[in-house]
Amino acid sequence: MIEELPRFRRIADGLVRSILPVVLALVVAGLIIVAMGSNPLDFYAGVWKYGLTGSNWQDSLRLMAPLMIIALGLIVSFRGQLWNLGYNGTYLLGSVVASGFGPVLYPVLPGWIVTAILIVGSLLVGAIWAIVPAVLKARFGTNEIITSLVMSFIAIGVVNLLIKGPMHDTNPKVTAPQTATIPREDLLPFLAGTRVHVGIVIAIVLALVAQFVVSRTSFGVRLDVFGASPKAAQHVGISRSWMIILLFCVSGALIALAGSVDVLGNVTYQRANWNPAYGDAVMPFVFLARLSPLAAIPLVGFYSVFANGGINAARSVGLNSDFLLVVVGLILVFMTITEYVGNKRRLGQSYLPVGMKQSVMAIFGPRSSARPASGKVTT
Amino acid sequence: MSGLLSASVLAAFLTAILVQTMPLILAAIGETIGEQSGVLNLGIEGVMLVGAYSGYVAAVSSGSPWIGMLGGIAGGVVANLLLLVLNTWLGLNQIVIGLAITVMGEGLTSVLYLQNYSKHPLSVPGDSWAIAGLSDLPVVGPSIFRQSGIFWVLLLVMVAVAFLLARTNWGLSIRAAGQKPSSLDTAGGSVIKTRSSAVLLNGAFVGCGGAFLSILTTGTFTAFMTGGLGFVAIVITMLSRGKVSWIVITSLLYGIAVAIKNPLQLIGVSVPADVFQMLPFVVVMLTLILFARSSIVPPALGSPYTRGAR
Amino acid sequence: MSSMAAGPGVISLREITKAFPGVVANDRISLDIVSGQVHCLLGENGAGKSTLISILAGMQQPDSGTILVDGAPAPINSPKAAVDLGIGVVHQHSTLVPAFTVLENLMLGETGLVRNEKRAVARLEELSELLGARIDPKALAGDLGLGQQQQVEIAKAMWKGSRLLILDEPTSMLTPQAIEKLAESIAQIKARGLAVVFITHKLREAYQIGDCVTILRGGKNVGHIGAEQLASLSEAQAHSAILAAMFGEDITTPDAADLAGATEARREVDDWGGGAKSVRLQLSGVATHGHGHDTDIRNVSISVHEGEILGIAGIDGHGQSALAEVVAGQRSASAGSIRFDGEDIARRGVRARQKLGLRYVTDDRLYEGTVAGMSVAINLVLKRIGQAPFWKLGQINRKAVDAEADRLIGEYAIKTPSSATRAGTLSGGNIQKVLLARELTDGARFVVVNKPTYGLDLKTVKLVRQILTEFASSGGSVLLLSTDLDELVELSHRIAVISDGEIAGIVQNDGRGTAERVGQLMTGAIEGTHA
Repeated sequence: MIEELPRFRRIADGLVRSILPVVLALVVAGLIIVAMGSNPLDFYAGVWKYGLTGSNWQDSLRLMAPLMIIALGLIVSFRGQLWNLGYNGTYLLGSVVASGFGPVLYPVLPGWIVTAILIVGSLLVGAIWAIVPAVLKARFGTNEIITSLVMSFIAIGVVNLLIKGPMHDTNPKVTAPQTATIPREDLLPFLAGTRVHVGIVIAIVLALVAQFVVSRTSFGVRLDVFGASPKAAQHVGISRSWMIILLFCVSGALIALAGSVDVLGNVTYQRANWNPAYGDAVMPFVFLARLSPLAAIPLVGFYSVFANGGINAARSVGLNSDFLLVVVGLILVFMTITEYVGNKRRLGQSYLPVGMKQSVMAIFGPRSSARPASGKVTT
Repeated sequence: MSGLLSASVLAAFLTAILVQTMPLILAAIGETIGEQSGVLNLGIEGVMLVGAYSGYVAAVSSGSPWIGMLGGIAGGVVANLLLLVLNTWLGLNQIVIGLAITVMGEGLTSVLYLQNYSKHPLSVPGDSWAIAGLSDLPVVGPSIFRQSGIFWVLLLVMVAVAFLLARTNWGLSIRAAGQKPSSLDTAGGSVIKTRSSAVLLNGAFVGCGGAFLSILTTGTFTAFMTGGLGFVAIVITMLSRGKVSWIVITSLLYGIAVAIKNPLQLIGVSVPADVFQMLPFVVVMLTLILFARSSIVPPALGSPYTRGAR
Repeated sequence: MSSMAAGPGVISLREITKAFPGVVANDRISLDIVSGQVHCLLGENGAGKSTLISILAGMQQPDSGTILVDGAPAPINSPKAAVDLGIGVVHQHSTLVPAFTVLENLMLGETGLVRNEKRAVARLEELSELLGARIDPKALAGDLGLGQQQQVEIAKAMWKGSRLLILDEPTSMLTPQAIEKLAESIAQIKARGLAVVFITHKLREAYQIGDCVTILRGGKNVGHIGAEQLASLSEAQAHSAILAAMFGEDITTPDAADLAGATEARREVDDWGGGAKSVRLQLSGVATHGHGHDTDIRNVSISVHEGEILGIAGIDGHGQSALAEVVAGQRSASAGSIRFDGEDIARRGVRARQKLGLRYVTDDRLYEGTVAGMSVAINLVLKRIGQAPFWKLGQINRKAVDAEADRLIGEYAIKTPSSATRAGTLSGGNIQKVLLARELTDGARFVVVNKPTYGLDLKTVKLVRQILTEFASSGGSVLLLSTDLDELVELSHRIAVISDGEIAGIVQNDGRGTAERVGQLMTGAIEGTHA
C-alpha cells in the first residue's frame, strides 16, 4: 500500500511528535527549577535514582499498573471522539468498591472469589456511572465534557460520604475517616521475586488486546468510522446511540478497574478526600501515543518512572511533589504546539493564522500583506 | 434552641454566605463571558488559583487588599494568555489547553507558596466599609453592611457586565461569536478580536474571584484552596445561560448550602460538608436529565473559528 | 455605457488571480461592475464564481491583481473592508444567527458601544419598503421561512447603504414564484443606482435578470456580453453566444444547452413499462418524529416500481433528508409502513436493508457518505464492514478489500493515485463516483439518491445521470430527491412534490409542461403553509 509519505518518514515523524514535547517540557521545567534557585541536574539525577535504581523500578511498575489501565479507558472513549473527563471520580468509585467491600468480604469468603467479585464489581460500577452522560449524549446530544465532569464530582462526594459513613474502619481506634486495611495475604499476588503485583500484567495484556481490537478487527474499523464522523457511522449502519453508550461504559469500567487493582495491589486502604488524579497526568501521554494502546505502554511507563522518582527528586531540590503537575501541564502545551507546527508544515501552510499574520505584517507596510504567502500552491 | 440562633450567629451566617458566594459569582461571570463567545475555559480552576496566589502576594507585599485584587486580576489575565494564544489565535484544542492550565496553575502556585511563604505565612490586612446608618442595624448591619469596599465596587462591576452583555454591540458580537461565528465575520466583525476580549475578561474575572477567595474569604493562601470551585463555576455558568442575575441567584443558593453547615451544627443537625459540595453538581445533573437541554450551551462552544471552513 | 472603464460608479477587478493547492480558481480575471446595472456571473460549478465572490467579500485575498473602486485602488483584506466599501453579499448558505432576532442579526457588526435600536428599526422599515417585504424585527431568524430569511439576508447586505449587492445563486432555494418576486426586488435596488452582481448557473435567469453577462470557465473570464450588446440580441442569439463561451468545444451543443438550463428540460429516460411492473418500494402513511432541527415528514405514501425513477421535487429543507433517511433505515418511522418487495422492512436497520439491495447515496458526501481520513479502499467497502470475504472471523482481509476496491475503481473510472489514498483528497466528482460505486454494486435493486449532481462539474453531472438511467433501465428502481427541477424532468418517470414534510401531489412526466405543473404544486403548497 502506498501512502503519501514513505513508511520510515512516517515513523520518524511520529516519534518526533511523541518525544519532542516531552523533551521541551523537561527543558522548560529545568529552567523553572533554575529560577527557583535549585539545580535541575540534581532533580533529573534524582528522578533516575528514585525512579529506577535499586528496587525503585518496582515501585514505578506498581504505579504504572493503574496508570496504564486508565490510559486504556481514555483511549477507548477518545478514539470515538467522546470526551470522558469523569476519570477522577470513576477511579475513586472503583477503588472504593475494593477498599470498602474488601475488608468485609475477605474474612467470610475464599480470597480469590472475593478478588473476582471486587474486580467485577468495580467494572460494573464504572460502567453504570458512565451510563448517565452516555445516555444524555446519545439521546439529547448533551455535551459530554460537562456531564462527565459533573458526574465525576458527584462520585467524589459519594465516595467521601461512603468512607466517612458505612465504609469507615470498624476499629474504634481509627478516628481518621478511612477504610480498614486489607491484609497482605488477600492482596493481589506479587510477581516472582519482586514486590510488583500482577496488576501490571493485567494492564499490559489489556493493552495488547485493545491494540488487536482497534487495528485488526471489524469493530476497530467501526470505531474509527464513528470517531471520524458519527454521521458517517449512522450512514453505514452503526448505531450512534449504542456506540456512545458502549464506549462510555467500557471506558468507565476500565478506569474503575484501575481503582480496584490499585487498592488490591498497592494502596490496601482508602482515606477520605484522597484523589490521586491519575487521569490528569496520563492524559498527555494518551495523546502522545496517538490513541494507540501499544504506543501508550512505553509512554505511560516513562511517566510512571518520572512520577515515582520525581516525588522524592522534587523534595531533594526543595520543591514539593506538585511540581510534577507543572511538568504534565508543560507537556500538554508543547504537545499541542508540536502538533500545530507539524500539521502546518505538512500542509505547506504558513505557521501564523491569517488574522495574526495580517496584524504582524501590517507593521512592515501595507503592501506586504497582499503578497502571496510563501510555500503555497504547487499545482 | 432559639437562643442558639442569636443575632450574632445569624450575622456570621450572612457574612459567610456573602464571602463564600462572591468568588463563585466572579468566576462564573468570567466563564459566562467566555462561553457566550464560544470559548470554554476548562482551565478556570488553575486560573483561579493563580489569581488567588498573585492576589495574596500583591496584598501582603503592598499591605493593601485593593492592590491585592489588582494583582489577582493581573494573574488571571496572564494565566489566560496561554488560552488566548494557543486556542483563540492558533485554534488548538480547548480541552487539552484547559487541562494544561488547570494542572500548571495547581502545581505552580503550590510550589511557589511552599518556596516563598510556607515558613512564614503572612495574613492579609483587613478592610471594611461601614455603610453609615445601615451598619448599625441588627443582624444585617454587622454582616452585609460592614463588608470590604471591594465588595461594593464588585457589585457595581456586576451590574456593568450585565449591561454590557445585554445592551451593547460588544455583547451582541460576543453572543454571535458563540452562536455562529461565520455570521459575525461576514457582517464585518472580527471573531478573533471578539473572542480575545472575552478570554482576557474571563481571565480578569476568574483571577479576581480567586483573589477574593484568598484575600477576603479566607485571608490567606493555601495550595489547592479552590477545591473544585472553578468547576462549580462552570456548572453555574451552564445553569445561568448567559444571565448575570441567574448567576447571582444560583451562586447564592450554593453559598447558602455551604454556609448553612455551622448553624445546622449548632442546632444539632450534622450533615457532612460533602453533601453540600456535591449539591450543585447533583442539581445540574437533575436539570439536564429532567429538561434534557442540549441547548444549554452556545452551539459554537469549543470550536475554533477558521474562515471559510465548515 | 462603455465597458472596461474604471471611473466613478465602477468597481473594477484587474487581473485577479487566486490559486489553491492543485487548482487555479481565478486566473487573471478582469471585469467591471457598473452602478445601476445587474451584472450576471455565469459559469458551471468550479468555474471560479465563488472564489471571486469571496475575494470581493473580503473573505479571501487574491494572490495577485487589484480591485479599483471609483478608479482608486481599494484592497479588500477583510470582510469589514468590504462592508466599509459598501459591498454587501448574500451568501449561498445562510449567515443569519437563528437564535437572534431579525433586528439583532441586522445590527451585527455595528460599531459604537450602545445599541441604537430606534435607528435600526427605521433603517429596516426603509429597506422593507424597497424590497417590498414585511419583516417583523422582533421575530427570531430561525423561525422565518426561507423566502423571508433571504429578504433579511438582502436587508443585511444593504444595511450600510450598500454600493454593490452580490447575490450568490439566490434562486437555488426559491419557488418559481418567489424567483419572480426576487427579480422585482432586484429591479428596485437597481433603480436606486446600486450595482448588483447576480450569480447563477442557469442561462435563462441570466438573460431575464441581467443587464450584462460575464462567463467564467476554468477560472478564466471567457466572455463578456455588454449591456448594449445584450439588449440588441434576441433570447436565442444570446443563448448561443453565451453557450459558446461557456463550453467552448467541450460538449455538443444540445447537451450543453440542457445542462446549462438554457432550454426547457425534457424527459430523456426511456419508458419503464408502466403499471405492468411490480412495486418495489411502498411507503404508506409514513411519518418521522423529532430529529433535531430539520423538517419531519408526515403521512407520506409513495410507491416506486421496478425500473422506475421517481423524482421528489421540493425546496431544500422541506423533509427530503427525513424521507431519504427513513427509506435507507437511518431514521425510524414513527408511523406507517415501509414495504420492500412486499416485505415489511420498517423495523430493519441500515445493514439489513443494505443486504436486501436497498441503497442510499447521501447528499452530504464529505461528512456522511465518506470518511475523509480513511483510504478509498475502506470507503468502498464501508457498508460491508465485518462481512465476508473482506473480514474473516472478525479480522480484516486486506487482499480481498484491495481487490474489490481496484475492481470498483476500474469499473467507475474513479481517478485516484491508488486505493490506499485518503478519500478526502479526491475531487468532489470522484467522491461521488466512490459513493455510487459502493452503493450500486453487490446486488443493488433500489437506490435513494439525494441531490446527486449538486456542486459537480458538468462532465460528472452527465456521467452521474447516465449511471442512474442505466441502473433503472436494467431493472433497478431509483428514488431521486433533487432541488433541480430540470434534472428531475430529465430523469424521472413521475415526479412527486414534497412540501413541509408532506407529499403535495404527484405528476406524470409525459410530455411538455411537467415543470409548470410541478412548479404550481410547489407554489400552491408553499402559499398554503407559509403565509
